[in-house]
Amino acid sequence: MPNLINLAFKKVKQENRPALLTYTVAGDNSKKKSLEILKSISNYADILELGMPHNALVADGNQIQTSAYRAIKNGIKLKDIFQIVKNFKKSKKQKPIILMGYYNMVYQFGENNFLNICKKVGVDGLILVDLPWPENKNFSYKCKNKGITFVQLLSPTTSVKRIKKILKDSHEMIYYISMLSTTGGKLKISPKAIMNSYNRIKRLCPKKNIVIGFGITDKSINKFKGANGVVIGSQLCKTLTKSIKARQNPVTKLSSIVKKLKGKII
Amino acid sequence: MKIKKGIPLIDQHDKNFMYGGKFGGNFIPETLKKPIDDLTKLFHKLRNDKGFLKERDYYFENYVGAPTPFIKLDNLTKHLKGAQIYAKVVSEANGGAHKIYNATVHCLLARRSGKKFVIGDTGAGYAGKMLSMAAKKFGLKCKIFMGAKDIKRQQPNVKAIKKNGAEVVPVYSGSQTLVDAVSECMRYWVANCNHAHMAVGSTVGPSIFVRICGWSTSQISRELKSQIIDEFGSMPKKIKLYNCVGGGSSSFGFWNEFMDYNRKQVEFIGVEAGGPTKSKKHAAPLTYGSKIGILHGAAQYVNQNSDGQIEETESISAGLDYPGVSPLHCFLKDVKRARYTAASDEDALEAYKLVTKYENLKPSLEPSHAFSVAIKEARKLSKDTIVIVNSCGDAHKDKDILEKRLGKKYAKFN
Repeated sequence: MPNLINLAFKKVKQENRPALLTYTVAGDNSKKKSLEILKSISNYADILELGMPHNALVADGNQIQTSAYRAIKNGIKLKDIFQIVKNFKKSKKQKPIILMGYYNMVYQFGENNFLNICKKVGVDGLILVDLPWPENKNFSYKCKNKGITFVQLLSPTTSVKRIKKILKDSHEMIYYISMLSTTGGKLKISPKAIMNSYNRIKRLCPKKNIVIGFGITDKSINKFKGANGVVIGSQLCKTLTKSIKARQNPVTKLSSIVKKLKGKII
Repeated sequence: MKIKKGIPLIDQHDKNFMYGGKFGGNFIPETLKKPIDDLTKLFHKLRNDKGFLKERDYYFENYVGAPTPFIKLDNLTKHLKGAQIYAKVVSEANGGAHKIYNATVHCLLARRSGKKFVIGDTGAGYAGKMLSMAAKKFGLKCKIFMGAKDIKRQQPNVKAIKKNGAEVVPVYSGSQTLVDAVSECMRYWVANCNHAHMAVGSTVGPSIFVRICGWSTSQISRELKSQIIDEFGSMPKKIKLYNCVGGGSSSFGFWNEFMDYNRKQVEFIGVEAGGPTKSKKHAAPLTYGSKIGILHGAAQYVNQNSDGQIEETESISAGLDYPGVSPLHCFLKDVKRARYTAASDEDALEAYKLVTKYENLKPSLEPSHAFSVAIKEARKLSKDTIVIVNSCGDAHKDKDILEKRLGKKYAKFN
């Protein structure tokens, strides 16, 4: 089977634009709604990141935390998350899905068990925010064997020496954290400075697809057109929270904002 | 899995900083890799630096007030008619608890690293109080993260933190206790690691924090060892060291220097918080067989559900109210060097009543858990057994809870 994540990047390169990656939390605000959200935003997004909510998160800001806690309160379990992916893939077979979360959930489920089910339901990639390199070496190797992309993260604090080592063990997709922040923080540095750092890394691995995330919204997304991909997460979680408060349909609200985001990078 | 003799326990990890290949490690976001690496290098350099050790000893002696007293509890011993009961009164340290050792060392490290700003978590408020005290002493700015529930129940310490000029950041997420305060503090550090020095308040968190804290609190057992020899002339044949265990910083420090003794000669007993008798919730992952999981950057026994979500805890003592426990204690449990058990809220309150009835000592609710088990076991032990309890915190911070649960009589403090 072809790697859907690589195909998505190939396609956007032909269209001369970055890939749009969205992040929403599985089970927010219900199992059914989060599936509907995925289906509807996938009309505009190129790659979908689906958050596995955890209640002791150390790398996420308030927006994602609110979504995660809401989803857990509504009873979401890992098995439901797999079900969501499976049902999504029934209608959108070609759209790549990346599960993103914290290592303890994988650890409790059992690494091999987790990967087997990921493969079965059609998960294309994984991001584990608290399993850094070199601790992730073994797991990332297991992913490769299953044909699942393990996404390594790089941060502004990662030294060049370390970047080179991580790149050596990385798969085709890399995630660059824009600034020193949890997810959803205000951009503390200019997009231009972020792109400069991005390009320095890109020069080290021109063939890999590097996406940028953390703190990017509809206001700044057009400044990152030079990247291979841009991730929008907290803004979507915030939109969902707002729509619940205003008793609006989160599916249409999220769909329209993702459409708008897409419009800014074409 | 075995303890190696002659090597400090904090150093008995593998290349991934795991103890016994199972506990500890660095399960952290990529952004924290560098600041943790920097801190690891700095600590490694300084702990082998004679000048730094001299500086530490100077502040331990002149600022913390080392050594803290080692006293015999004569009346309690007579009342129980069993083992000889002693207390290491660590609550006599500056600030009223063992948290001062870790706080002082962290501020010294921050100063050496050139950082002017320290952040920390707190449950009972002692870690926060001490960090704010030490920060003030060394001219550093300070921010303390504390669960909203703990802020309510540990007001005397909250007031002390503020008086020291530190900012208290209330944490409203989750159970609004220590576990959420640590998460919030780590998140803040992710965003501010270029200028803030983080001090985790116990022997938990990413590996370097476990080691710094254990290295700092070990002062307690260094003192105790020479105090025991002063008192008895040599090491007695049967010693039992009782200590409460939340994150595990005071117990680790209380035991460290005795690690290489045979456990029949020096036994370690860790007492976790069993929570209210009527509740199923507890803060005793070692006693009740919780599974290994990842919390706050380290693999450890932790209260969690089958999906890996961290479960809420319940305990009358904010300082023990934590779902996980130090990787060092997980290791000590698995190699059977220490024995772990739990005391309920009610047990701790009863022990507090008994200790304060017979002795001029007011242990906070945390060490009252340890006293509870020590009292129960001491009755049945022979007269030549030496029972030592680490009275690691002062009850002043608990005065509202004591008044509510036991009445005004038990909540009088000078």
